[in-house]
Amino acid sequence: MRHYLLRRLAFAVVTLWAVVTVTFFLVRLAPGGPFDGERRLPPEVEANLRAAYDLDQPLLVQYGRYVANLASGDLGPSFRQKDFSVNELIGMGLPISVGVGVAALSLALALGIAGGTFAALGRDGPRDRLLVLGATLGLALPPIVVAPVLVLVFAVSLGWFPAGGYATWKHFVLPAITLALPYAAAFMRLTRGSVVEVLNRPHVMTARAKGLGRFRLVTRHVLPSALLPVVSFLGPAAAALLAGSMVIEEVFSLPGLGRYFVQGALNRDYTLVTGAVVVYAALVLGFNLLVDLCYARLDPRIRHA
Amino acid sequence: MREALLGTPLARVCCTVLALVVLAATAGPWLSPWDFDAVDWDAIDAAPSAAHWFGTDGVGRDLLVRTLTGARLSIVIALAATLVSCLIGIPWGATAGYLGGAADMAMMRVVDGLYALPFILLVILLVVLFGRNIVLLFAALGAVSWLDLARIVRGQTLAAKNEAYVEAARALGVGTPGILRFHIVPNIIGPALVYATLTVPGVIIAESFLSFLGLGVQEPQTSWGVLIADGAREMRSSPWQLAFPATMLAVTLFALNVLGDRLRDALDRR
Repeated sequence: MRHYLLRRLAFAVVTLWAVVTVTFFLVRLAPGGPFDGERRLPPEVEANLRAAYDLDQPLLVQYGRYVANLASGDLGPSFRQKDFSVNELIGMGLPISVGVGVAALSLALALGIAGGTFAALGRDGPRDRLLVLGATLGLALPPIVVAPVLVLVFAVSLGWFPAGGYATWKHFVLPAITLALPYAAAFMRLTRGSVVEVLNRPHVMTARAKGLGRFRLVTRHVLPSALLPVVSFLGPAAAALLAGSMVIEEVFSLPGLGRYFVQGALNRDYTLVTGAVVVYAALVLGFNLLVDLCYARLDPRIRHA
Repeated sequence: MREALLGTPLARVCCTVLALVVLAATAGPWLSPWDFDAVDWDAIDAAPSAAHWFGTDGVGRDLLVRTLTGARLSIVIALAATLVSCLIGIPWGATAGYLGGAADMAMMRVVDGLYALPFILLVILLVVLFGRNIVLLFAALGAVSWLDLARIVRGQTLAAKNEAYVEAARALGVGTPGILRFHIVPNIIGPALVYATLTVPGVIIAESFLSFLGLGVQEPQTSWGVLIADGAREMRSSPWQLAFPATMLAVTLFALNVLGDRLRDALDRR
């Protein structure tokens, strides 16, 4: 098992390095620079600016310095927001994004696993049909549709939750629900499928024949093996969640990482964009490692290898 | 396949809905008296009426025509991105499956690794940095949605490569590229294309996200994402500007998902 995890760790580090490299060069190859403004800067000023940010150096030297700084955790100064370093900007945005993401993923998992198991236990019955239809509907409702509707109903008409901002936990309820909905549907379909399959396996029949109660049967004998596909889908789900979280941050005016990324890309703030991509990738890869760890613990074939 | 598409009432409804959306998107903007960027000065921000069935937007443009023009764009982008994903995914999966061994391992590791990456960041970077042209959007979305297809094609190839016709071709001295090109790919292309259609809803959602964020299609061109973003801004005073495009998008995605599930089930049974 240690061997398995070390291999995954090495894989994650190499992937992160590849992401850093591709982003670094992609951003610099693009036409247009961070100092192209409405007014043309005097050439001396621009030269000084470029020197201050190392932009006058050959590309490979810039790359070497960037990677060296990155290794010590320094993402560099922001090109556009002169008073801030990228670390500070990301430090402000990250907690908000992570908060919404974790809340949404937990909600999606809870709803999805409970709903999927419940549907599978009443397979082909009315509640199964209803839940499956609900899941298909959930997948057809992307955040850009759900978010405005929830705001209209729960913020504007009923006034239960604020429509935007990030002062209290109440501000995070609508964003988390919106973001969670499609993933709850996806987790529910996965859970339902694999619970249906596991229910027919011999060990479950044995346990049932021995007179085990329904609840213990499901929690002890069915879910541990039925949840493997759900766990392995968590990795890609976390990556996909990011796209949704950018939309959510826009709709609910949450100043999270996504907004810094989009702004940085529009302003050609090289360091901010690269920094945001690095942090996003590190988050997703770290989360994937965590998922691998859970998977290894759940799957005896890996646990005892 | 026919069973999957027309087997139940729900499936028939979904097929009809999709056919109507495609038909309306194709013919609608052409039949309508309004142009998608024409301003009706007498009906600015107007609610649905006989003249403007879906109402008008904040500068008096007919929302029905704009929604249908948006549908055109979504359909074209979905088709183009699916084509790109076929062009990458089918050769990749077939080669990995046919070669087997270390090459297969390495190629599928790449696919696994790419799954874990937040690709939308790359798409946004490409679109922002290299200008917002639609062709780039097609290519970028296609280039990030070939992973599922590659996995499925690999599976199909693993099953196909031990068939007698492949063995016969090998015995006749056909090289690896020839076997892939003339024997394996033609035999797995049918199911592969059906699976490729399953990427369509994902592409439509991704395009609408990008346009919603202002990173996709630019004014006066329009798409469902742009319309929903505009509608969301005005939803308190003119809710129809949000309701019509959002409903169109949700209904289309629902129909695509229902049919996609049925197609997937039908293929898996074989």
